[in-house]
Amino acid sequence: MKYLIACLCIICFSLAGNSQTPTALKQIKGGTLAPLYGLDSAKVWVDDFQLDEYAVTNQQFLDFVKKNPEWQRSNIKSIFADSNYLVDWKGNLELGENMNPNSPVTNVSWFAAKAYCACQDKRLPSVDEWELAAKASETKPNAENDSTFNQRIIESYETPKTYSKTVGSTYKNYWGVYDMHGLVWEWTSDFNSVLISGESRQDGDADRNLFCAGAAITANDLRDYAAFMRYAFRGSIKANYNIKNLGFRCAKSN
Amino acid sequence: MKFKHIFQLLSLLLLLRIFACQKQTEATDHYSCPMKCEGHKTYEEPGSCPVCKMDLVKVSSIEAPVVDEDGISDESIFNLTSEWKTQNNETIQLSDLRGSVMVVVMIYTSCEAACPRLVADMRNINEKVNNPDVDYLLVSIDPEKDTPERLKEYAAEEHLQGDQWILLQGGMDDVREFSNVLSMKYKKISPIDFSHTNIISVFDKNGVLHYQQEGLGVSNEKLVEAVSELSK
Repeated sequence: MKYLIACLCIICFSLAGNSQTPTALKQIKGGTLAPLYGLDSAKVWVDDFQLDEYAVTNQQFLDFVKKNPEWQRSNIKSIFADSNYLVDWKGNLELGENMNPNSPVTNVSWFAAKAYCACQDKRLPSVDEWELAAKASETKPNAENDSTFNQRIIESYETPKTYSKTVGSTYKNYWGVYDMHGLVWEWTSDFNSVLISGESRQDGDADRNLFCAGAAITANDLRDYAAFMRYAFRGSIKANYNIKNLGFRCAKSN
Repeated sequence: MKFKHIFQLLSLLLLLRIFACQKQTEATDHYSCPMKCEGHKTYEEPGSCPVCKMDLVKVSSIEAPVVDEDGISDESIFNLTSEWKTQNNETIQLSDLRGSVMVVVMIYTSCEAACPRLVADMRNINEKVNNPDVDYLLVSIDPEKDTPERLKEYAAEEHLQGDQWILLQGGMDDVREFSNVLSMKYKKISPIDFSHTNIISVFDKNGVLHYQQEGLGVSNEKLVEAVSELSK
């Protein structure tokens, strides 16, 4: 019995010391989603899944790179991140001077975000999962038709420097997940499924839907200008980019 | 007796926890001059550079800043550790393909529009380059359907015969990662169809990306030139 208690204690310590308060996962109920564009059928089914309550913070990412030197700023392989990786940090193991440890980590590449989540035994959410969770307001699981909610999202996109806010400082949605809008943009596992860059136009392959007028005519929901912005952003970035207002949170399958 | 088992189990769990994320961290630290005054020379202790007197900075011995002991640079796709199945059902890592210039395209075998043209482009490039040391990789974006058996059939249908032609099936995640390395985009738009960008990429013998050709029906001339140049 003593052994058992001692052992449990060691495990507790190791949990505390090893993973520095992993972010709690919140259960998201699956359902149908009408993605902004891109599918032959109008709706996709999203299974139940779990999503981090908060975006990953500077402090959490610092703890991660301490344990995984290959993801430190001076060690990262250029195939996994361009030169803006953690660009505002003072050093490999030191945040920038005016950085809030509890702000969302930004200037991280998709590869780094993916590795972080894998290390927590989680993964990045897919675009569809992210969008499903993000359409919940404080009170409703689906606020797509709530014009005040949509208006608020647009306004939050226009607010500068929201990346320096503390996680949890905007709003908590129906699922108990914070800051889906109004803090930072977030990486998704299949962000590169949005085909709207130069080459997709050149190829003439399926997706004219997001180009200017074309978009307005064929999109599924004309009201969702905020979603246009998100999809356009996803379509314009590459996995080795590191952007000041782009962070991430992790998800897990049930 | 029972507790002993629990103890063993818990100890094992504890060990797993500790090592779970730290596969590559056991190697000792090394230090080198940030200005590279002495090239890639490293020291085992921190200190200052004998030439410029700047403080030495830590470099992980595995993650040498430019080129590791095997000569693989940090831009190389051989840094990916994913495992793939070939059309002959062999399990490989990309780094097993080291030593040959590679021409790479991502396709799916049930594709009727763009892929046949991309594959025709690949055959065409192969003919023009005419060098048996160049590898031609076709990586499936539909790994659920494109099993090694299916890929083998496809190779036969498309006349992709010989050791130069390598068709790969990978895990969903690994395919997504690979597409991101190529900056290639794709999306499943129905149970049988994908939309995707059409890119043919050229990698040198060490897995570094050198040239990409985008679009369908464009001239292969520059790409062929790049392949020939790299495989000299």
